[in-house]
Amino acid sequence: MKDIALTDHLGRPRVVVTGMGMVTALGLNLAESWAGLTAGRSGVRDITRFDTTGMRTRFGACVDLPGDRPGRPLPAGERVATLGAMAFDEALAQAGLTAPIAGPFCFGMPPIEIEWPARTAIREAATGADGMAMTLSAAELPGQVAGGELFSPAVVLARRYGTRGIPQAVTTACASGGTAIQLATEALRRGEASVALAGGAEASMTPETLIRFALLHALSNRNDDPAAASRPFSLSRDGFVMGDGAGALVLETMEHALARGATVLGEILGVGERADTFHRTRSSPDAVPVAGVMQDAIADSGLPPEVFGYINAHGTSTPENDKTEAMAIHMVFGEVAPPTSSTKSMIGHTLSAAGAIEAVICLMALRDQLLPPTINQDDTDPALNLDVIPHQARAVTGVKAALSNSFGFGGQNVCVALGVGL
Amino acid sequence: MTVAITGLGLISCLGEGREAHSAWPAEPVLDETGFAPFPIHPLTPLKLEDHIPRREFRQMEGWQRLGTHAAGLAIADAGAGALVGQMDLMVAAGGGERDTTLDATLLAEILTVAPSDREAWLNRKLGEGLRPTLFLAQLSNLLAGSISILHNVAGSSRTFLGEEAAGAEALRVAHARVADGTSRIMLVGAAWIAARWDNLLTYAPWLQQNAWAPTAEREKLVPGSGAAFLVLEKLDAALARGARPLALLEEVRTDMVPLDTGAPDVSAAPFQAPAGALAVADATGHLMEAAFPMAVAMAALAGKQHVTGFGHRHGHFAATVKEYRA
Repeated sequence: MKDIALTDHLGRPRVVVTGMGMVTALGLNLAESWAGLTAGRSGVRDITRFDTTGMRTRFGACVDLPGDRPGRPLPAGERVATLGAMAFDEALAQAGLTAPIAGPFCFGMPPIEIEWPARTAIREAATGADGMAMTLSAAELPGQVAGGELFSPAVVLARRYGTRGIPQAVTTACASGGTAIQLATEALRRGEASVALAGGAEASMTPETLIRFALLHALSNRNDDPAAASRPFSLSRDGFVMGDGAGALVLETMEHALARGATVLGEILGVGERADTFHRTRSSPDAVPVAGVMQDAIADSGLPPEVFGYINAHGTSTPENDKTEAMAIHMVFGEVAPPTSSTKSMIGHTLSAAGAIEAVICLMALRDQLLPPTINQDDTDPALNLDVIPHQARAVTGVKAALSNSFGFGGQNVCVALGVGL
Repeated sequence: MTVAITGLGLISCLGEGREAHSAWPAEPVLDETGFAPFPIHPLTPLKLEDHIPRREFRQMEGWQRLGTHAAGLAIADAGAGALVGQMDLMVAAGGGERDTTLDATLLAEILTVAPSDREAWLNRKLGEGLRPTLFLAQLSNLLAGSISILHNVAGSSRTFLGEEAAGAEALRVAHARVADGTSRIMLVGAAWIAARWDNLLTYAPWLQQNAWAPTAEREKLVPGSGAAFLVLEKLDAALARGARPLALLEEVRTDMVPLDTGAPDVSAAPFQAPAGALAVADATGHLMEAAFPMAVAMAALAGKQHVTGFGHRHGHFAATVKEYRA
């Protein structure tokens, strides 16, 4: 025990992971999800919980819940809170902790809006369709606008776990889960707490959001073959696939974990974060900010780049992301990059949850020495020059550290460096 | 460890800039007719198109235009233009802004559509009616994204969701990161526009109707349009680059109000100002995510030491500001 360092190369408290949880289209818990991911299965299928008539994209990596009924899906806020609770319950059980948790709650989640069923209910009680009539109607229907309570899922979950302070409802788009891990890590390093909950949940797969993403031409529209639609790094990639899901981590200082006899599952070695000033939806084509976050995360870990034997890519399956990300990986690692897979090929792009889910995937890969594959690789883009771990999971030995990349619409880039057994 | 406030970007019904937000008592500027029966504090007239390149202007909605302009004012006020490459950004944001014309058009028709056909009807109408770039004008984290693009702010970028508490928590984390040396310079704040029916709809049950009254004499909110951004940096680093600190931000505390009792009680402390205090919301209106950053900024300008704030549903906050003497 006395050999284990309590602080890192900069004298900061080491931040370790003692609990993990996950909900994806491949399973309602970590074990099922991991089994599906390492078997190379796709969780992408036709959407059935609402009517997709007339939509350009009619499929996703759906997690339907008992509360979903055809035509009456759960509102997004309830889905976020439910998925989040499933993932955090699992993580806390593994950590052997129960509420109250004496630390912050850092939670990546999407903005929650008043959705059309609630909007229509307000309209039905209103004297007209204009803003004044609708607002007066809503004033009498607090239950309907509760859906517009922007961070209510974070509040619900913070109360469930008795965390301290204001729940941090983080939105940096597709980087939110990574940002949440970063915020929690910083709080532990600052000594604000000895334990923190970090994660994210996503439920943006609603009719209007699906239409909005489609209008941006961001989504795959391979409606005839949904399971083959998420094909990161392939020549025929045509956009991302939306996914529901949640990921959760219990973070503690090494000292706190050892003192209570917890099993250390892995470590947050470092984090990097940079804003891209180039464009709202496109990474800078020189890949400098994307390479920069990876370099920053590696530098923050204090380890040489060659220790990192796996990259879980952002890998959205959009033409541009995958090209820029591959370029950035080569800028950091040179000609021969570490094996790099995009698990979004199987569970879709879970947006606000992706950073948390994929951090957990990295830790599982390191624990089991089994790198999850990128599926749908009939036509891997040779120009990217990446070992994408095609089709099948790959057994490895001696891989102790991994990087998890997350890049958001709006230019918010995050990279988390994770380790097991270091 | 001392954290200095070196720049402010303030916009509200009182005007734009430090001076407009320094005069006390400030007479409230009200619009009691435009969104009747809901009184609001309107934005001071601004020609934002003069400050924002036309190509960018079109890709934003009102709160993003307002917020990017206020962020630019704060950077300029701090004389920190040369530091934007390493500047970290914390923004608090609501749910963005919708195409209210399209919403009203669809709502005028939707009850004539058979309930079983409404989903497919909405899919068609939204697919035809939504402007593709509106999504980017709407996403909560795109105020931060727009600030990075317009002002080249290239450090870390985080956005917190969630009403007043998000603004206060953003300020707390910004302060903590400057204090512990993990951030060289921090830009933190928010923007919110009251003069939009989509924003009012979201807060409908909590809005004051009919006559305006001072906060101490009412139980509900009178919203205001405005933005508040602060530049924070370590005092010694600020002085070393020749900046002139406005005040020291000694401490920011945030917590949830215990809500074990269930429904929030809007008649309780949140809207009651202690005697002798400056009730910022009386002057600017309630700025939602921007409320606490504005309160801290105005306290600094007024030479006040203690700032408190409450969320209308969640959270209570406090900050200590100290006068800076060279």
